[in-house]
Amino acid sequence: MSDWPLLSLVIFLPLLGAAFIAIVRGEPETVARNARAVALWTSLLTFVLSIFIWTGFDKGNPGFQFVERAQWLPGVNFTYHVGVDGISALFVLLSTFLTPLCILASWKAVQERVKEYMIAFLVLETLMVGMFASLDFVLFYIFFEAVLIPMFLIIGIWGGPRRVYAAFKFFLYTLAGSVLMLLALLAIYFQTGTTEIPTLLTAKIPAGMQTWLWLAFFASFAVKIPMWPLHTWLPDAHVEAPTAGSVILAGVLLKMGGYGFLRFSLPMLPEASMYFAPLVFALSVVAVIYTSLVALAQSDMKKLIAYSSVAHMGFVTIGIFTFNTQGIEGAIFQMLSHGVVSGALFLCVGVIYDRMHTREIGRYGGLVHRMPLYATVFMIFTMASVGLPGTSGFIGEFMVLVGAYQANTWVALLATTGLILGAAYMLWLYRRVVFGPLTREDLKTILDLDAREVAIFVPLILVVLWMGIYPTSFLEVIHGSVAGLVDHYHASVAPTSAASGAVR
Amino acid sequence: MYSAAIFLPLIGAIIAGFFGRIIGDRGAQIVTCICLLTSAVLAVPIFYQVAILGQARDIQVLQWISSGALEASWALRFDTLSAVMLCVVTWVSSAVHVYSIGYMSHDKSIPRFMSYLSLFTFMMLMLVTADNFVQMFFGWEGVGVASYLLIGFWYEKPSANAAAIKAFVVNRVGDFGFALGIMATFFLYNSVSFDAVFEATPAMTATVLDFAGLQIPALTLICLLLFIGAMGKSAQLGLHTWLPDAMEGPTPVSALIHAATMVTAGVFMVCRLSPMFEFSETALTTVTIVGASTAIFAATVGLVQTDIKRVIAYSTCSQLGYMFFAAGVSAYPAAMFHLTTHAFFKALLFLGAGSVIHAMSNEQDMRKMGGIFKLIPITYFLMWIGSLALAGIPFFAGYWSKDIVLEAAWASGSSSGHYAFWLGVIAALLTAFYSWRLLLMTFHGRARADHHVMSHVHESPYSMLIPMMALAVGAIFAGWGLYGYFVGDGMHEFWGKAIFIAENHTALHDAHHVPLWVKLAPLVVAVLGIAAAYWAYLIRPGIPAAMAREMRGLYLFLLNKWYFDELYDFLFVRPAKRFGAFLWKQGDGTVIDGFGPNGIAAGTVMLARRAGRLQTGYVYHYAFAMLIGVAAFVSWYLFVRG
Repeated sequence: MSDWPLLSLVIFLPLLGAAFIAIVRGEPETVARNARAVALWTSLLTFVLSIFIWTGFDKGNPGFQFVERAQWLPGVNFTYHVGVDGISALFVLLSTFLTPLCILASWKAVQERVKEYMIAFLVLETLMVGMFASLDFVLFYIFFEAVLIPMFLIIGIWGGPRRVYAAFKFFLYTLAGSVLMLLALLAIYFQTGTTEIPTLLTAKIPAGMQTWLWLAFFASFAVKIPMWPLHTWLPDAHVEAPTAGSVILAGVLLKMGGYGFLRFSLPMLPEASMYFAPLVFALSVVAVIYTSLVALAQSDMKKLIAYSSVAHMGFVTIGIFTFNTQGIEGAIFQMLSHGVVSGALFLCVGVIYDRMHTREIGRYGGLVHRMPLYATVFMIFTMASVGLPGTSGFIGEFMVLVGAYQANTWVALLATTGLILGAAYMLWLYRRVVFGPLTREDLKTILDLDAREVAIFVPLILVVLWMGIYPTSFLEVIHGSVAGLVDHYHASVAPTSAASGAVR
Repeated sequence: MYSAAIFLPLIGAIIAGFFGRIIGDRGAQIVTCICLLTSAVLAVPIFYQVAILGQARDIQVLQWISSGALEASWALRFDTLSAVMLCVVTWVSSAVHVYSIGYMSHDKSIPRFMSYLSLFTFMMLMLVTADNFVQMFFGWEGVGVASYLLIGFWYEKPSANAAAIKAFVVNRVGDFGFALGIMATFFLYNSVSFDAVFEATPAMTATVLDFAGLQIPALTLICLLLFIGAMGKSAQLGLHTWLPDAMEGPTPVSALIHAATMVTAGVFMVCRLSPMFEFSETALTTVTIVGASTAIFAATVGLVQTDIKRVIAYSTCSQLGYMFFAAGVSAYPAAMFHLTTHAFFKALLFLGAGSVIHAMSNEQDMRKMGGIFKLIPITYFLMWIGSLALAGIPFFAGYWSKDIVLEAAWASGSSSGHYAFWLGVIAALLTAFYSWRLLLMTFHGRARADHHVMSHVHESPYSMLIPMMALAVGAIFAGWGLYGYFVGDGMHEFWGKAIFIAENHTALHDAHHVPLWVKLAPLVVAVLGIAAAYWAYLIRPGIPAAMAREMRGLYLFLLNKWYFDELYDFLFVRPAKRFGAFLWKQGDGTVIDGFGPNGIAAGTVMLARRAGRLQTGYVYHYAFAMLIGVAAFVSWYLFVRG
């Protein structure tokens, strides 16, 4: 197994599946059936392969592993160079884990242009995995930008009534940030003469230049995460996107911003990162409190969960810029956990949306009477979302807060209020949708989860509990690389800030 | 044996929860009861080995969180404190499990109920056997969720849902303090394990931490933050509002969670962390004052409530106040003693109230009861035992523990201790009064229910009566039997290293040598309180109404629970919702989108129109524009480059 190009296989297998679907011909029904089956099997196989990345990962090695390198064009300073370290390995796994579930979730919900839909999803998977695995920033940029295209199509074609507005808002917002990032990448290339990320991780960039580069990266990543006040595209995109689109959007695409901070801003621009950390803290704390309050006022389920995502990602940005082990590991864990939990919550909304075709909270109530199984599943993810210890949500949030307390007590104090507000809006949502008397006529015939839906939720529940009870399986992958990152950061900024304290 | 005692309830909960439909109602009841009873039986040899023989131990189960220096594992720590709690929790829980078979027999989701009860018990055991702050937090939040699920058990009732959310969110406010306390602890000690923290504490007394711009002595800061958590869980003044509402849950739940076990977690926490609290006089004084104030506050409100369960709920709140001020004057063993005796007699009172409610066709309003003592004599008798114990009549359980608590408060000699003593004595008077008010209104006087209900009044089945009798045995003998171990001569050997009391904190020692009047005061006021209740509710039944009329302001103030709910609603709940809507519409809508994407989009369109207008089609316009451009370019070239 070891001499296989495992990582490239994981990246390009979905593309192969997409190509396969593209050449399917025949009756529309047959095409749809085949497209679904091929997409599901391809993505499952990809997931199985990606598990080998996890099990084969050498935890003692903080550097890049499963590295593959090939010259793109002779004479051009640009290579096909992929590999994963502790920071990116689990994101690859997250992407490959969520994709088959998304395809399964779209089994019945998508009835039009099934073939194109499945192609879009498989291409999206290739691009996501490729983005996390790229070790050359030209390659990274291509994947990073190209991800937008299938997502734009998924929202714009299979979305809700205001899908065009939402798709353009999403596209323009993220593109605006990306243009600045491209400029920053070009500047780095002219400064250092290389596009290889492993080399750049240790390159010194002058402090004066760092500031501008940092801001350019920030423009791109902050939109992606998204940070307040650049978040308004997210609720619109989520509301209009089909269920599976929301799952990938919340589950993986938001993480690209956090990953970007960890891959570029922190190691390459340490001084600027330190300089701007208070800004990030301020925006993140505002995000946690502001969006939690806004979530409290929502009457649309998807919007509520979208706003809660912004709040949860606020914890991520806080954690990253604490520059200590707990904070950064917590941020990575929080991203993984949020990927699973928010994805699951969108799937929960999808279940009842498929039945009733509305996301209005007021249209529901008393579902537990007809859907006990659904009520249980929804309760588990609600609890994971409010960060109940024993679920994945707690570990990340708690580690971030522990990290934040060491960096700045104000930040810890204010961010911890998210614990209270988060409980309030999620439980209130749950109560309005699931509890209470069942009064609406059309809800009296609603059906509980079917076998397909159970098959989607069971793996998600298991992962949420696994991550909550024995997070070591995941944390031990992260440890080495984060320790390297933290050491590198403190070594870089040591001359400028002798007082910043010891590494904990 | 040790692990089995802890994990059996979890196994029961999983079986009943996930396979409830397969094994049926009866199966779920049998499985959970067997698991719990086994666990309760196992608790006895554990208690003997750990507490009596003094063989404390720490069992590591699994690594949990590990990140840099942050290490927390799943572990079971058995010392005297956790052994005492283990017994209290498993015994009361067993009684409640068995009682629920009878009480919930008409319910339609019995497996779910039994599963939640067992889940709660497991979480509570995880809380008390934690060997680090994080696992304690796990149990802490876990019992909170179980409590949320059980309060909202009858989910079709809107009031039950509201109460469940309120309980969870108010507890979260407390947990906010707890979580910050853990963060501060890790920041200071670089560890979250109890042993490491306790060992390092004496060296930290002079450390000062910066917290949100304030310079606070480190231990005071940590203890106060953690105490906020304890206040939330134990419903102390300010964060008590959820407890009375929690009575929306089924009565066995109130007995187990909101009287005997979960609400005492805060007291347990302060005792567990005695090696830290002992080094902060400020924190101890705060604990004393909050405890004493709660004791008197809840007792006054308990005087006027008419819902039988709410009276007992306020009584619980008040008794928790006693436990806290005992801990506040460094009499942790006395706090634990009162916790233990209280668990028995208060659970008994709740189960008795449940038996009454069961008999009265789910009526909870005492104004619609009365005249039923002959119809349900066993319940009546058991309620008497519970009330005697609560009022502190010799030689029932509450007599021993309440006396030592008050004596320790007096003996502490500090002004906060005396504040606690006097308020505690007054609260004892009120306690006796409202306990007999409850007994007399419920069982005596004219039958105020309609004949329909009255014709159905019946004694409860034995599945309910036997657990109550078991608790009654505890309510009678627990004080007398445990006095020597908990607070008497054997105290030091019994508690071992589980509780730490600083050399100069001698309140508990001195408590045995207080003046006679201090010893007698609680008893005298208790008798006075009972006599007053008889006078007002049996001999001259018109008096309470007349008093309520005369002192209408005070009556309404008490009836509305000092207006805490209204105040919080006004200060926090409604503003949060309104502010959220404002931020959404104005912040996101008008400002961010208005100037951001939509503004830019509109701006682009406008610019494009203007640019479009430039293209007039006349050649001379273009030529003129070109000329200007060339001129500008040439002049820039000449001036700047040249």
